[in-house]
Amino acid sequence: MTRQKWPAFGVVVLLLLVAAGVWWVNRPSPEPTVASRDVLIDVVDGPNHDQPVELDATFYVPQVTPAPAVLVSPGFGQTKTNLADDATDLARRGFAVLTYSARGFGRSTGQIALNSPDYEVQDADQLISWLARQPEVLQDGPDNPRVGVMGGSYGGALALMLAGLDKKKRVDAVASLITYNDLSHALLPNAASTTPLDGSTPGTGVGGADGVFKKVWAGNLFGTALSNIGGPGINPKAPTSCGRFLKDVCDAYTKVATTGRADQATVDLLRRNSPVSVADQISVPTLLVQGEQDTLFGLDQADATAKQLARNNIPVKVDWYPGGHDGGAPGDDVRGDVAAWFAFYLMKGDAPNPGTGFSYEVQGTIRARGAPITRTITALDYPGLRGDRTTRQRVSLSGPPQPVVTPPGGSPASISSLPGVGTALLGGSSTASSLAGSLAIDLPGQSAVFTSAPLDAPLMIAGSTLTTLRIGAVPNATDSGDTELFAKLYDVGPDGRRTLPGAAVAPFRVQLPTNGTAVDVNVSLPGIVRPVAAGHRLQLVVTTTDQAYANATTPSVRTVALSGAMSLQVPVVTGSSASGSGIPATPVIGIAIILGLAVLVATVAALRRRGSDDADPELADVPMVITGLTKSYPGRLTAVKELSFRVEHGQVLGLLGPNGAGKTTTLRMLMGLVRPTAGEIRVFGHKVQAGAPVLSRIGSFVEGAGFLPHLSGTANLSLYWASTGRPLDEAHLAEALEIAGLGDAVRRRVGTYSQGMRQRLAIAQAMLGLPDLLVLDEPTNGLDPPQIHQMRDVLKRYAATGRTVVVSSHLLSEVEQSCSHVVVMHKGRLVAAGEVNDIVAGGGEATFRVDRVTDAARVLRDLNGTSGVTAEGRLVHADLGTTSRSAAVTALVNAGIAVEQAGPRRRLEDAFLRLVESND
Amino acid sequence: MTDEHGVHTDPAAIAELVAVAESEHAQVAADGSVAGYRASRTLRLGVELRRQLRRRRTQFAVAFLGVLPFLLLIAFKAAPSSNSGSRSASSAFVDLATSSGLNFAIFALFASASFLLVVVIALFFGDTIASEASWSSLKYLLAIPVPRGRLLRQKAVVSGILSLIGLVVLPAMALVVGLIWYGSGDLISTTGESLPFGTGLARLALAVVYLAVYLVWIAGLALLLSVSTDAPLGAVGGAVLVSIVSQILDSITALGDLRDYLPSHYATAWSDLLSADVDWGDMTRGAFSSLAYGAIFMALAARRFARKDITS
Repeated sequence: MTRQKWPAFGVVVLLLLVAAGVWWVNRPSPEPTVASRDVLIDVVDGPNHDQPVELDATFYVPQVTPAPAVLVSPGFGQTKTNLADDATDLARRGFAVLTYSARGFGRSTGQIALNSPDYEVQDADQLISWLARQPEVLQDGPDNPRVGVMGGSYGGALALMLAGLDKKKRVDAVASLITYNDLSHALLPNAASTTPLDGSTPGTGVGGADGVFKKVWAGNLFGTALSNIGGPGINPKAPTSCGRFLKDVCDAYTKVATTGRADQATVDLLRRNSPVSVADQISVPTLLVQGEQDTLFGLDQADATAKQLARNNIPVKVDWYPGGHDGGAPGDDVRGDVAAWFAFYLMKGDAPNPGTGFSYEVQGTIRARGAPITRTITALDYPGLRGDRTTRQRVSLSGPPQPVVTPPGGSPASISSLPGVGTALLGGSSTASSLAGSLAIDLPGQSAVFTSAPLDAPLMIAGSTLTTLRIGAVPNATDSGDTELFAKLYDVGPDGRRTLPGAAVAPFRVQLPTNGTAVDVNVSLPGIVRPVAAGHRLQLVVTTTDQAYANATTPSVRTVALSGAMSLQVPVVTGSSASGSGIPATPVIGIAIILGLAVLVATVAALRRRGSDDADPELADVPMVITGLTKSYPGRLTAVKELSFRVEHGQVLGLLGPNGAGKTTTLRMLMGLVRPTAGEIRVFGHKVQAGAPVLSRIGSFVEGAGFLPHLSGTANLSLYWASTGRPLDEAHLAEALEIAGLGDAVRRRVGTYSQGMRQRLAIAQAMLGLPDLLVLDEPTNGLDPPQIHQMRDVLKRYAATGRTVVVSSHLLSEVEQSCSHVVVMHKGRLVAAGEVNDIVAGGGEATFRVDRVTDAARVLRDLNGTSGVTAEGRLVHADLGTTSRSAAVTALVNAGIAVEQAGPRRRLEDAFLRLVESND
Repeated sequence: MTDEHGVHTDPAAIAELVAVAESEHAQVAADGSVAGYRASRTLRLGVELRRQLRRRRTQFAVAFLGVLPFLLLIAFKAAPSSNSGSRSASSAFVDLATSSGLNFAIFALFASASFLLVVVIALFFGDTIASEASWSSLKYLLAIPVPRGRLLRQKAVVSGILSLIGLVVLPAMALVVGLIWYGSGDLISTTGESLPFGTGLARLALAVVYLAVYLVWIAGLALLLSVSTDAPLGAVGGAVLVSIVSQILDSITALGDLRDYLPSHYATAWSDLLSADVDWGDMTRGAFSSLAYGAIFMALAARRFARKDITS
């Protein structure tokens, strides 16, 4: 590896080290391996316990067995493969997990009975028996495994029902997610009642009978299973409209879907297949997780379940998360909560008690790190379960009584949500679902609007707001008095923008007396979590239609007015924000290590610098000694090679060489800017290296001026001197500026200077502080002849003060006229060195330009004491010894030779020219 | 050369200089330096600050950060209040911006943190050595001699001071503007919490502190590029480019946990300061990540600068 590659290599290594360090600090704990096996489990169910069904299941085995088991029950339309992630996650946390496809779904046989106690619940009960036979599962007794049941939606209801219906009480804990309490209320909600509502719990629903059919959601759910012709459990020879549904379920659904009303038998069927029917028998700790973005199973469903379970005196914990059937499946946070629940109640180890608190997440709108900011608020418990009522803040509404029209056929209809579509349409994330709130449309003539004053203070709505409305009928002979209305609660910004939180709507049905008497109804608006900023208004809108529901088709006119306290009863649940966590220790340690290393590195660097001076006392009076100086760049020509020379006090040394001879590189090494490959430069005995203090005795101008273009000449020089940190009176700024002789121009920005002016200023800068060694690179470049003349004068006289000047040039005449000594360089090597006079006119050597060269050479050789006569073109060189040049000329002329020119032999020029010529 | 009519050296000036030079011969210290020279007094912070503060780019950058809140204010005042249904996350954010002076200042920070402040910090740090190199003045500073490590340190410290000035000017001006136009109300978070003015002010200050720490990695990177090139724009642009690429990668959710190692991953962690109960986790991790990257970049910059042949 060459030197050049080292820095890049070092960068890569260091970056890898950083990445490794960051990784180490944030390293994930090693994930235990999970084994799984697919099994087909035969169960027998039915009212008479005689119908064999084969369930397709997968069993996940954790690393350590025997382990407590968790039965994960699928949602509607899900198969066991949809549960793989949840199962693997639980298995990694140390649970044995059994997932399966419910009867009628996936590869399991049987027909869908909609969580019937006779079918699905019996199936699950026998799955627990299967778990009791597995050696990997921890057993509490014979045929009694340690088992928790969890599930979402359809599976969540099954988990509750299994806990209630399992005769042997083998279920030890339940986690039920986004599910219903009473399917007849969930699918046919009626959110109003003429009797006063008990608003003690935040998510209070009404659960009135004879509700409004949730047409679109029901269709979405049932439709998939209905149209599934050809799947297992369906006789391909006799296609029916019932798909994979059991006949009585199918009949009930068909009746509701066609009439929009449920008869008592249907309501009984739905109730029997709901957790509400077994709630009083559930005696195990239950975690209820419900979604804040859920128009299918709203917060009121979990609220009802929680209230029923609380009567059994069992630990119940309620969590609301910002998702749901409209807003995305539970994420890692909920998974963590479920796992913590099971860890405490199943593992009975040292897992912390998850408690029976209540937490809800508030979703903000600022997107940081790609996800909306959420804040979790934790209360000690779910209000209303243990005698502590939910605080309800009154927000007064105003608005006159308003007539609303139900159009014939129930169309066109207002829009609140797009059930099942909203999620897909908007990307399925909880972020997108919050945008769904802006889709709501109320049709004029069909809606009554009541608005509050702008709020003085921020208001956090957590649950279902209650209000009282007075509904009146406009007497009409054909009017039956049956009234279907939809209430929504908007958040209205100061600019009038409306948001329907949760895209949720509360449908209700009222039977009005036909005589036109108005009726007061107490309405429970949909359960939402919504921070309403100060200055915003709340707006209650009552419409006659909603696209998502089976609307009344008979035309009618109703008046809607505020009643009772003419206000909203907004649930407020205070608690601590649980978003706060302590400062994690590892990054803090990391920060400390970084700071410590930085101090260490700085100290080491300072110590190394302190010990770096290298002085040779014998050379203390020699301005400059260069020994064996070499600078080579890998892959390029060697710029300077084995250069050695010496400069003494009072000299003006010329560094002569053609362009590219290595002069500037030498001077850069002299200034400590370039590091020699070999050899050294000593200035007054001190070795030159970057930052060597002896450099302060050198004033330099090398390869162009360097000024801050935005500052004037004066400012540049004074700031430069200030940078040296030396006392101002040592600078002789005024004298130096006069040498530059720029006149008024010194007060102009340097950016406006010509090259010559910049050069003069740079030379003045080099002379600041009257340095002992003045180094000037091509100082006369760009100057005009009178200025050149002056410059020579300055240099000579400056050297005469006992200081030393080094000048580089590529012009021979320049060196000849300004320097006392010269060093000739070519291609990085020293060619000649010595006094200019010696080199220019060494000894008695002379050169004659003649017409007859051979004759001239003969004549010269015949003269007394001459030697070394050589001919070269029309030139004859000779060392005349004691003979004078004039005598030699006379001898030549006497011999009849025409002498055009006679002079000292210019060895320097010869050498220089030869070099340049051989170069070309 | 009409331009240089006044340019000539008076012969008397030469005589004067020579006279001074003859009469004065500087003393020499043991380390070979001229008496009066001390490495620790070279390029003092005040001098470097004067050099930088007189530059247009410094004045413009700081002035722009001071004016930005007014531009935001004008934008808010001029924006037509639309009733259109499309309500994006950012519009809700804008709603909050005008609810109090503190919210306005926080909004100004939000609006500028991911790009503008990165550019400003990259400008101050990336330009500092490279511009000297491009003016050829670097070699004369080094020949003073200012020891290389000291030169880099002094320049980095001054760049840091200028960056801090910029970082404080923006929210401070935004706060002043916000207080005048939107009052000293509570700081409202989008999750509906409100913090009283005093707490809100402290949070704003902490946000600035976090941003200052977070931007260390940009500073380090820009400094490394600054000593690696003679083109100031290359150093500034390079640092900004890396930050943008990191932000783009950070927005690819498919990268999962790998994104934690991106230096810009914790850029907005300071938004955790806006709730009553502060989650310090991401900010601590962000500070560590940024300091780690920053320390490495700065160490590389120092190493590279110490060994580099100055040829500009």
